[in-house]
Amino acid sequence: MSVSELARPLSMTLPGVVAHLRVLEGSGLVRSSKAGRVRTCRVDPGALRAAEAWIAERRTEWERRFDRLGELLGAPETEPESESRSKHDD
Amino acid sequence: MTEPVVHDTFVIEREYPAPPERVFAAWADPAIKVRWFVGPDEFVQNPLSLDFRVGGREHIDGGDPGGPVHSYDAEYREIVDNVRFVTTYTMRMDDTLASVSVATLEFEAIDGGTRMTMTEQGAYLIDGDTGPKSRLDGTNGLLDQLGVELARSAAGR
Repeated sequence: MSVSELARPLSMTLPGVVAHLRVLEGSGLVRSSKAGRVRTCRVDPGALRAAEAWIAERRTEWERRFDRLGELLGAPETEPESESRSKHDD
Repeated sequence: MTEPVVHDTFVIEREYPAPPERVFAAWADPAIKVRWFVGPDEFVQNPLSLDFRVGGREHIDGGDPGGPVHSYDAEYREIVDNVRFVTTYTMRMDDTLASVSVATLEFEAIDGGTRMTMTEQGAYLIDGDTGPKSRLDGTNGLLDQLGVELARSAAGR
């Protein structure tokens, strides 16, 4: 993908995008090469997976807790909160 | 040396067959929270301390036997009973700061129960010591939200 293609949907100047890409390259997440006047960028999937894996791990931790909360809330507590059975007025 | 940092936001939405008051209480009441807000089953867990009020703090830690201790430390910033609350929290692996986050929990009454929405906005610190982050070792710099989005779209998602 060329730099101008990357920049098109972003509300950011082209030099701004170039600056960000330079940072990404420094992090090893993006690689670029120049052919003539066009600089093409591509993602280094290995590096990206590492960052995504770390965030996914945080998210998974919460998902697991919320499953457990669901089990707790799904089980009838001491107070009668029947959601599927027909209720009678208290 | 400056460690890379990833900024990200994620949203988790759940629906539970219980009224908002009961879902909210599962967060606010330490006796209930301790029953679900725990690490994986194999973790050796230390007791939860929770002071659920604005300015109040919370701490829990645990981990695999012999592995790094995962510590969660939160402070409650805003509380609207049965509606929402906002915390800031950190995660540490032993003494290494792993993330700094703002978590917003919202509770909405729906037909048959509650829709609970968690929005987490975080700075995730990529260091060379722990877990999957080690694959980014030896790199410097900064990956911001733009970077994540650019990379995803360029990956052909």
